[in-house]
Amino acid sequence: MNQIEQIDIPQVIEKMTGRTTRPVTTSRARQDNFARRTFFVFTLLPVLLILIVTIALLARSWPILKAYPLSDLLFGTVWKPTNGQFGFWPFILGTFWVTAVGVLLAVPPCILTSIYLAEYAHTKLRSTAKPILDLLAAIPPVVYGVWGLLAIVPFVDKVLAPLSDRWLGSVSIFSVNQPTGFGILAAGIVLAVMIAPLIISVMYEIFSTVPNDLRHASLAVGATQWQTIRNIVLPQVAPGILAAIVLGASRALGETIAVLMVVGNIPQSPTSIFDSAYPLPALIANNYGEMMSIPLYDSALLSAALVLLVIILIFNILSILIIQRMLRRKWS
Amino acid sequence: MLHSYSAPQQGQIMDSHIQVKNLNVYYGKQQALKNINIEIPKNQITVIMGPSGCGKTTLLKSLNRFLELNDGTQIDGEVLVDGQNIYDRDVDVTEVRKVVGLLAQRPSPLPMSIYDNVVYGMNIHRMKSDRKEYKAAVRHYLEIAGLWEEVHKRLHDPATSLSIGQQQRLCLARGLAVEPEIILGDEPTSALDPISSQNIESRLIELKQQYTTVIVTHTLRQAKRLADYVIYMYLGEVIEAGPAKEVFGNPQHERTRAYLEGQI
Ligand SMILES: Nc1ncnc2c1ncn2[C@@H]1O[C@H](COP(=O)(O)OP(=O)(O)OP(=O)(O)O)[C@@H](O)[C@H]1O
Ligand SMILES: [Mg+2]
Repeated sequence: MNQIEQIDIPQVIEKMTGRTTRPVTTSRARQDNFARRTFFVFTLLPVLLILIVTIALLARSWPILKAYPLSDLLFGTVWKPTNGQFGFWPFILGTFWVTAVGVLLAVPPCILTSIYLAEYAHTKLRSTAKPILDLLAAIPPVVYGVWGLLAIVPFVDKVLAPLSDRWLGSVSIFSVNQPTGFGILAAGIVLAVMIAPLIISVMYEIFSTVPNDLRHASLAVGATQWQTIRNIVLPQVAPGILAAIVLGASRALGETIAVLMVVGNIPQSPTSIFDSAYPLPALIANNYGEMMSIPLYDSALLSAALVLLVIILIFNILSILIIQRMLRRKWS
Repeated sequence: MLHSYSAPQQGQIMDSHIQVKNLNVYYGKQQALKNINIEIPKNQITVIMGPSGCGKTTLLKSLNRFLELNDGTQIDGEVLVDGQNIYDRDVDVTEVRKVVGLLAQRPSPLPMSIYDNVVYGMNIHRMKSDRKEYKAAVRHYLEIAGLWEEVHKRLHDPATSLSIGQQQRLCLARGLAVEPEIILGDEPTSALDPISSQNIESRLIELKQQYTTVIVTHTLRQAKRLADYVIYMYLGEVIEAGPAKEVFGNPQHERTRAYLEGQI
């Protein structure tokens, strides 16, 4: 009885909403209130920025969005600005191909490496590998691009393409139609190497969030280390692993300079990993600021940027939803 | 001056299950155990006591080869279980840990259901052939751990939904399910409330006919309730070891006496 009478309604509302309902009197409370508002504003800032960028891009894209139906722009396959043809489809496809190849190449070795580093490696190896990974992550993309140009493109041209032609030539995604070395595979390899340090680093951190007590509980009943990793550790970290992959993929989706140096930059709809492609970031970087006399060209490039932004946003939102679902399933 | 204790001089053990011979353990350069020689009697409760940092946990972990989970530990000497040195090169460490079970200080339920926790080790060792056998075994070990009554209606709830005391009994059931011969406990009741502690103590006493039990404890009263055999350690050495009656009643060594008196 007593308990019920004593409930303090303003306090309950405060707890539920995080908002103060009673008059603020003391200066400490005012300070607290100020701090809370400041933090709130800074939390909102990134969201605001995305909104501002989107609106700005939308405004600049407006002329071309008005001139052509959206489906013609998104799914049009011909890019001839001088003829007034602005089809983004080859670029959208190029973006997906390059990202997919990069992520597919990077993920398996990254998972194995992070398992090894987090679960098996000696402390000494761990403490040398970590700084090296951080260093790799800090190398500027243009350096990776030069390396791709000098090493990977010839390697694809002289080694991988002939091999694939010989053994896998009948499978269309492995067939060699444009034997130059420049193309999706070269870009994918460069991207994979670029995003690997980031992915490994994040995965490693995620592995180290699993308490040792759990590993020990499993080892104590006579499980091997691999059984412990497979049965206990991996199920725990699965959502985190996915998050690390998403992070790497987002990086790959937006990567510009290293990709455009090795991808060939031909606006076509690729069908094989040896084909050249022309991802959206490369399109924008290569052409923005040039030939601006062509009508609607500027607007077209900015709407390409808008498309890229929307792709990245949708990709991230979908991933967050999936990860949340996995987490919820884990705790229920 | 401290004299390291050597087993044969004092009350001989009729039937020893574990023999530790000339065991020295180093964490890096720091020596944590110094020339340990002890015997641990079969199917009795042995209690390891001593001030904080004296090496109790280290000694316990040397018995199921948990020391090697830390990088940079160096282990010299022998630990014989049923006459077999568990540090021999051709010994399978998972076999050692199957025979020598461990009850941790903090309950560590695996992130799965109550049922799956008990099944976990049996499954690892493929000890049963079908679901019915697993079901029966789960019931059996939960009964032994004194948990069946409380959980049999919610076997498929997550183990973390249990109270801390229940979790510790679940961990006991999980450990017993792989049919060990030896149970190690590193202060297994220190995280528990008095009633849950008492519950675990009763289980250990019930089980001692079938299992050799080695417990580290900080509470003298618990030691007195449980111990058949006592090992007193100080600064990495075993100072005194013997049957509980002798050690508690008439400690031979000055340090032991001081510890026993200081604690009451
Ligand atoms: N992983 C480790 N690395 C380095 N030194 C360690 C490690 N674990 C223990 N030690 C050291 O070894 C000595 C013995 O430690 P141990 O944990 O065995 O003591 P304990 O008797 O169990 O103490 P407590 O009663 O506080 O649990 C201590 O001096 C401790 O600092
Ligand atoms: Mg300890």
